[in-house]
Amino acid sequence: MKPAPFAYARPDDWPAALALLAEGARPVAGGQSLGPMLNLRLALPERVADLRHLPGYAGVTVQGETVRIGAGTTHAAIEDGAVPGRLGDILAGVARRIAYRPVRNRGTIGGSLAHADPAADWVAVLPALPGHAVALGPAGERRIPLAAFVLGVFETALRGDELLCAIELTALPAGTRFGHWKFCRKPGEFSKATACVLARPGAPPTAVLAALDAAPLVIADAAALLAEPAAEAARIAAALALDDPWRAALARTALRRAAEAAR
Amino acid sequence: MKITLTVNGAAATVQVEPRTHLADLLRGELLLTGTHLGCEHGVCGACTVEVDGAPARSCLMHAGACDGASVCTIEGFGEDAVMAALREGFSAEHALQCGYCTPGMLVVARDIVLRLPDADEARVREELAGNLCRCTGYRGIVRAILGVLAARRGAAT
Ligand SMILES: Cc1cc2nc3c(=O)[nH]c(=O)nc-3n(C[C@H](O)[C@H](O)[C@H](O)COP(=O)(O)OP(=O)(O)OC[C@H]3O[C@@H](n4cnc5c(N)ncnc54)[C@H](O)[C@@H]3O)c2cc1C
Ligand code: FES
Ligand code: FES
Repeated sequence: MKPAPFAYARPDDWPAALALLAEGARPVAGGQSLGPMLNLRLALPERVADLRHLPGYAGVTVQGETVRIGAGTTHAAIEDGAVPGRLGDILAGVARRIAYRPVRNRGTIGGSLAHADPAADWVAVLPALPGHAVALGPAGERRIPLAAFVLGVFETALRGDELLCAIELTALPAGTRFGHWKFCRKPGEFSKATACVLARPGAPPTAVLAALDAAPLVIADAAALLAEPAAEAARIAAALALDDPWRAALARTALRRAAEAAR
Repeated sequence: MKITLTVNGAAATVQVEPRTHLADLLRGELLLTGTHLGCEHGVCGACTVEVDGAPARSCLMHAGACDGASVCTIEGFGEDAVMAALREGFSAEHALQCGYCTPGMLVVARDIVLRLPDADEARVREELAGNLCRCTGYRGIVRAILGVLAARRGAAT
């Protein structure tokens, strides 16, 4: 329950952080996923690079329709309304159900997405939203569509020499409907099945089914699901051919309930 | 590594290995044994202290992250009026038995009282989900917090 020895570095600018990464340092942000992995010796880095003091790492900026959320923005800040407008309402509702407040006070949206736990909340919701993950590497910034960011269990589209520096989302009109369902037996526990459906005026509805022990299933056009939640949710969940009948039932039900709530 | 942090209002400089977490630093280096360790992976809440004004898991903050932080442990709340009310409430409602979970419970309880003045029983229970108690069954803890919330609402009107 105690970590193996490691060295600590605190870069204070992005080039220094990228240089540490190139030397093999493991990034750490809130430490709410890496911390347990260190204590349990599931992660054995020789050095960690603490990203929290990088300029602009935390905080939200709005430019026109684009809302840029610094990767170091905590779940608690989002819960407390750091993101404005309808988009902010939706994100605040999701954030409040992540873990527990003391974990949310330190855990970050970027750390969660980069970690790519299949049951994590941002992993299950961000792919439904219009926007990009902003990666920074030696060649500069690169934008990766959120729907294509998480590739598998603990696997993302980030390259080894890149850091996640922000999430850029498009503001949502007031009439946007959002349904979200997460199966946990206890608040704050990791989800057994999560689904969300986003229906914004003037664009096809989108949906995500996650916590599948695989990359989230992103449904780019969820019109049929919105029209017939029960039948479509059953069809989509059956097509996943999940081994456990209870998991299939939770997946199907989460998707149906999210769709019903988004109508 | 050598780090400097503020603990219960006083500056402390300690020489520790980077792998030392805040709870071990508090207990082992500063002899503040009121912070308890249960699971050491963020789940039980026993180690919860206030860091830079907000509750945090001291088992998940390794030394580097503590450099420059301001920490308040259970020992540091002696003069705090909300904590005084919670202590009375916990005592009156039998909200502890062995006391192992109590320091973390109190830090989270104080955050609930200050951040969510309108919290009802369901919300208090939701907010307490990250603090495990093996003794009390939670009823006394929930009642103590609801009592402090009600008294403060009464005082405000
Ligand atoms: C008890 C407990 C319960 C939890 N329950 C939930 C839950 O219900 N739902 C949920 O979604 N999460 C849950 N979490 C996880 C929590 O949300 C974490 O905060 C989050 O997963 C990681 O964010 P972090 O900033 O702490 O990242 P860290 O732990 O610091 O890092 C996580 C990983 O991402 C990498 N990384 C971090 N930042 C970057 C970056 N900018 N670029 C590239 N790589 C990076 C690190 O190297 C590491 O591999 C729980 C955690 C705990 C301790
Ligand atoms: S010891 Fe830190 S949460 Fe259990
Ligand atoms: S009083 Fe014993 S664990 Fe809570």
